[in-house]
Amino acid sequence: MAEACITFSDFTLGYNSHPAVHHLSGAVKRGSLTAVVGANGSGKSTLMKGIVGVLKPMAGGCAVAHDTRIAYLPQQSELDRSFPARVVDLVSLGLWPRRGLLGRHRPEDRDAVAKAIQAVGLGGFEKRTLDTLSGGQLQRALFARVLVQDADLILLDEPFNAIDAKTVTDLVALIKRWQGENRTVMVVVHDLDLVRAHFPEAMLLARRPIAWGDARETLAPENLLRARQFHEAWDENAPWCSPETETGGHGHSHDHDHAGHAHGGQGHAHDHHNAHAHPKPAQADARHVHGNAA
Amino acid sequence: MDMLYQWLIAPFAEFGFMQRALLGSLLLSVSSCPVGVFLMLRRMSLAGDAMAHAILPGAAVGFLLFGLEIVPMTIGGLIAGIVVALGAGAVSRLTVQREDASMAAFYLISLALGVLIVSLRGSSVDLMHVLFGTVLALNDEALGLIGLITAITLIGLSIFWRALVAECLDPLFLRSVSRLGSPVHFVFLALVVLNLVGGFQALGTLLSVGLMMLPAAAARFWTVRVEPMCLLAIAIGAASCVAGLLLSYHASLSSGPSIILSAGVVYAVSIVAGTRGIVATRLRPASHRTA
Repeated sequence: MAEACITFSDFTLGYNSHPAVHHLSGAVKRGSLTAVVGANGSGKSTLMKGIVGVLKPMAGGCAVAHDTRIAYLPQQSELDRSFPARVVDLVSLGLWPRRGLLGRHRPEDRDAVAKAIQAVGLGGFEKRTLDTLSGGQLQRALFARVLVQDADLILLDEPFNAIDAKTVTDLVALIKRWQGENRTVMVVVHDLDLVRAHFPEAMLLARRPIAWGDARETLAPENLLRARQFHEAWDENAPWCSPETETGGHGHSHDHDHAGHAHGGQGHAHDHHNAHAHPKPAQADARHVHGNAA
Repeated sequence: MDMLYQWLIAPFAEFGFMQRALLGSLLLSVSSCPVGVFLMLRRMSLAGDAMAHAILPGAAVGFLLFGLEIVPMTIGGLIAGIVVALGAGAVSRLTVQREDASMAAFYLISLALGVLIVSLRGSSVDLMHVLFGTVLALNDEALGLIGLITAITLIGLSIFWRALVAECLDPLFLRSVSRLGSPVHFVFLALVVLNLVGGFQALGTLLSVGLMMLPAAAARFWTVRVEPMCLLAIAIGAASCVAGLLLSYHASLSSGPSIILSAGVVYAVSIVAGTRGIVATRLRPASHRTA
C-alpha cells in the first residue's frame, strides 16, 4: 500500500479570519496524480500555498512526508520578466534544491537543464532573454524548471493557462511520466474534460471539500451542482466556526477508514480519501470562538 | 605626448592628495557599482537615495560629539542607516504599507533630524562637508575604511550572488525552495548602507548614491545579462572617477559633483547610443529577417 505523501488534518486556510479552504482532512498517496478543481475563489490556489507553506494555516495542519522535495509552480508567478536573464538562467534556478547557495553547477547539472529545456520543446531558446518569450513559452520554461527540480511532490497551479492545445498535450504527457516515476502530482485545472481524460483522481473544492476520489465520480453532475452552490463572497457576519460543531456529531470522523467504500461501479478502492462533505456549521453554535486548536 | 602627460598623468603623479582621492574613489567604484546594479534591478533605486539621506542624522550625531572626525561620523551613519533600512523593511513586510512609502517616511524624518543636529553646532560650511563630502581630503583612516568596506562587499556579493539573483528574478520561487529570501534581503540592505557610508567620506551623504546608481543605470543600456552588467558598471564608475578628478583639478571644480556629473554624461550617452538605447530600439531598422 502506498504511504501518504501529504496528510491533511482539519486543514483550514484563509485570509482575515475568513476561511478559503475549510476543514480539509484526508491524505494524498505517494505517486498519485490528483486534479484540483472548483470555481473561482473555491480555495484551489490557497490550498497549494498552504501545502508549500507560504501561507500559514488558521487551524489544523498539513503534514508533508519527511524528506519530500516540493516543486511549486504558482498561478501568478512573481517572476520579474524585465530582469536580465536568459531561459537557461531561469531553468537553472531549479538546481537550487540540489546545489543550494554555494554548490558548484557541475557538467551533469548543465546537462539536466539542457534536457529539461528540450523536453518542454524550447530547444534553441536557451540564450533568449525572458522579455522576448511569449506567455506560453515562459510557462513552458517554468515547467522546465520544475523538471530540473527533480521533486517528489509537484504542485502545479493552473499550468495550462495561455498554452496552445499541442503544448497542453505535451505537458500532460510530461505530467503522466512524473506519475510513472512515483512522484506525487497535484494540478489545479479548469478544463473538466481534460481531468476526466487524463487524471485518475480529483478533488472538488468549494471552500470546503465537496468530493475527493476517482476523477470521474468526483466530477459527477450532482457533485458539480453542489460545488456551484457556495457563496464566493465573504459573509462579514458569518458566525465563528467552533470546534464542537465541527468534530462532534456531524457524522464524520477524521481517522476513519474508507477502504470499504465502493465508489460506484468502478471497483476502484480509495483507501485514504476522506471525501467528506460535512454539513455547514452555520447557524449552529455561535458562542464558541474558534479555538485554533492543533 | 607631453601635453597628454600633463593632462592625464601629472596631477596624480605629483600630488599625494590626488593619489588618495583616486585610490579611494576607484575602490568605491569596485564596491558600490555592483550593489547599484542589484538596487536598480530590484526597482529600489529611489530606496538607495532614501537611505543615503537616512545616514545623515547618525553622521550628524558623530559630528556633534566629536567634530569633523571620520570614524565617529562613519559609525553613527552606519547605525542610523541600518536602523532606517531595518525599520522601513520591517514596516513594509509586517504591515500593508509598501516599501517605497515606508522608506520615504523614514528618510524624511531622518533628513530633517540630521540637518537639525548639524545646525546645532556647525556652520553651513560643515553642513556642506557632510552633505557633499571631500574626496580630496581622504586620510589614511578613511582609505582603510573604504578598503574594508570594499572587501566586505565583494565577499558578501560572491557568497550571496545566487540568492540575490533568485530573489530578484523570482522571489516566490526562492521562498518555495529556501528560507533565504528574507535574510538575503536584509544582507543586501546592509551592503547598501555600508557602501553609502563608505561613499560619504568622499562624496557626501547626498552624492554617494550617485556613484552607486548612475553607472548601474548606464550599464543597463548596454547588456542583457547580470554579470557583464556589474563589470560594465564598475568600469563606468572607475572612468567617471578618473574623469571627474581630472576635471576638478584642471578646472578647479568641486570634486564630488565632478565625478557624479561625469557618470551622468556616460548615462546620457548610454540612453541615446547604447545597444538597448533610444537609437537602437526606436529607429526603424533598415531590414528585417524572414523568421
